[in-house]
Amino acid sequence: MTFQIDKNGFYGEFGGAFVPEMLFGNVEELQNRYLSIMEEADFQKEFQALLKDYVGRPSPLYFAKRLSKKYQAKIYLKREDLNHTGAHKINNTIGQILLAMRLGKTRIIAETGAGQHGVATATVCALMGMECIVYMGEVDIARQAPNVSRMRMLGAKVVPALSGSRTLKDATNEAIRDWIANPVNTHYIIGSVVGPHPYPDMVARFQSVISEEMKWQLKEQTGSENPDMIIACVGGGSNAAGAYYHYLDETSTRLVAVEAAGLGIHSGHSAATSVLGSKGIIHGQRTILMQTDDGQIVEPYSISAGLDYPGIGPMHAHLIDKGRAEVVNATDQEALDAAFELTRLEGIIPALETAHAFAALPKLKYNPRDVIVINLSGRGDKDLATYVKHLPDGE
Amino acid sequence: MENRIDQLFANKKSGILNLYFTAGYPSLQDTAHIIKSADQAGVDMMEIGIPYSDPLADGPTIQASGTKALENGMSLKLLFEQLTDIRSFTKMPLLLMGYLNQLMQFGIDDFIAQCKTVGIDGLILPDLPIDIYESEYKVKLEAANMHVIFLITPQTTEARIRKIDALSRGFIYMVSSASITGAKKDISSTQVDYFERIKNMNLKNARLIGFGISNKETFDTACAHAQGAIIGSAFIKALTNAVGDLEGIVHQFVAEVKGKTEK
Repeated sequence: MTFQIDKNGFYGEFGGAFVPEMLFGNVEELQNRYLSIMEEADFQKEFQALLKDYVGRPSPLYFAKRLSKKYQAKIYLKREDLNHTGAHKINNTIGQILLAMRLGKTRIIAETGAGQHGVATATVCALMGMECIVYMGEVDIARQAPNVSRMRMLGAKVVPALSGSRTLKDATNEAIRDWIANPVNTHYIIGSVVGPHPYPDMVARFQSVISEEMKWQLKEQTGSENPDMIIACVGGGSNAAGAYYHYLDETSTRLVAVEAAGLGIHSGHSAATSVLGSKGIIHGQRTILMQTDDGQIVEPYSISAGLDYPGIGPMHAHLIDKGRAEVVNATDQEALDAAFELTRLEGIIPALETAHAFAALPKLKYNPRDVIVINLSGRGDKDLATYVKHLPDGE
Repeated sequence: MENRIDQLFANKKSGILNLYFTAGYPSLQDTAHIIKSADQAGVDMMEIGIPYSDPLADGPTIQASGTKALENGMSLKLLFEQLTDIRSFTKMPLLLMGYLNQLMQFGIDDFIAQCKTVGIDGLILPDLPIDIYESEYKVKLEAANMHVIFLITPQTTEARIRKIDALSRGFIYMVSSASITGAKKDISSTQVDYFERIKNMNLKNARLIGFGISNKETFDTACAHAQGAIIGSAFIKALTNAVGDLEGIVHQFVAEVKGKTEK
């Protein structure tokens, strides 16, 4: 058994390309060409050079001594927060912009929730001199002001999504509609392992550099390529997909996905998709999503704008369905506590999304000798306003 | 019984007007009233939109009507209740238009059974891929004599159009341009070239042109190149501005679109 995608674009029963005919041509072109373009020597040379000299890869694998002592395990942090633009998102946007150029596209669109993917897209568009339009929910524009400013400084046009709940899912709808109206010159850079095939696989491959580096870094530092456990937060699931990728079929390594439970899983204000969701279709993929009995997609909630996606990528739906990945939930408060703890123990301020991964530590069972890798997917500069509001008492 | 869509195309070769509206809009209980009024006004066929939270192929007008309908309390279950007596007052072919997720949650067997009970003749599901239709839905829907209408666009290749034509029953829905619903006002010469290109392919199915058909002028242009046309957003806008007399609004809208082409 393999957990990789099959030739029809499915992970088990999840995935596929459920797109209107207006998008068929674009999606088919990507399906037919993404692998061959990614395998070109010229593409790889340019991609690897940019990852090294522009993004700053490899990102360090850091042994977190004080955190390890506190949780009685050997905890390593994969430092995606140290990438240019402050998160793992840039691995994917570098890959997709190079692909878009080879497809002859001249205009880039993207959706963004927390703004990290929007910034990463605006960055590569500035780098390559491409027109860039970023769709962002009106609500998210208000709560992620620093990233909106960064995108504008980088020359991107930030378009507020005013439909529906005015957050990430609606920004994605608006980006898809833009692509329908501009099928010839436009490439849509999706920011997570979601959307119609080939996006989930393509984005996972661009993010797989994370686990590719982990393998040799762990070998160097621990003597073994394989950790006992990998922990990552999951909204759509791109950082988790990258951190799991080269371990998918290494079943001795536990894969832990941490979902945002908001104010509590059953509080009515949560983004715990795999617990609250059911099978359905969203944004062109068959996966697990939060919906009503009538099949209306529910607006999720999380303190972190990057995790409040009502679905999960089809790879994760399959990994969870087959028991390959285990799911842990973290509430807003648990994520905040974990962020303060990491900051005070290791001097690293994580993104609010990433803080959810750290909040899983007290909820998991493991042995003191276990090697645990936490994917530190992003840094917390963008979340300072929220953190300051919640500083522990007396400070 | 022969499918009402096939009967219509057998009896009427041109100028077919297919009107789209959103169920439960403007008010929750307007669904049957709008169908009845449209029938009396001389509309040939209707598409009943099942309101959806995330209608990817639709523009702002139809999405806003769906959002309002959902706020009004509309659901697929309620829609079937509202359509219970529909066949006592109309013989028009009726189609449901929605998204695949809504059918998955309702359950395809229950959905088909309900459609047969109330008298639905066809379905338009823009995000149902033809390969998934063939592998998962075709047998059941064909057995129930429910026609599934597929879309083609100016970007659809000839080979794919042939494949869609072979798979289709009822008619083919020609999307007039690269757009979501309700996006454009005039029909360009490029679009006319596309209409003619498809016309000359001599497909086995009839063709209706939709997206961007909004008034008498665009309706007439579409009808010159296909058996008829579909109007959605423009009709929703008329309903949105309706004050009180829904029946009058529907009659006025249809009269304006058909204009002198009406017998």
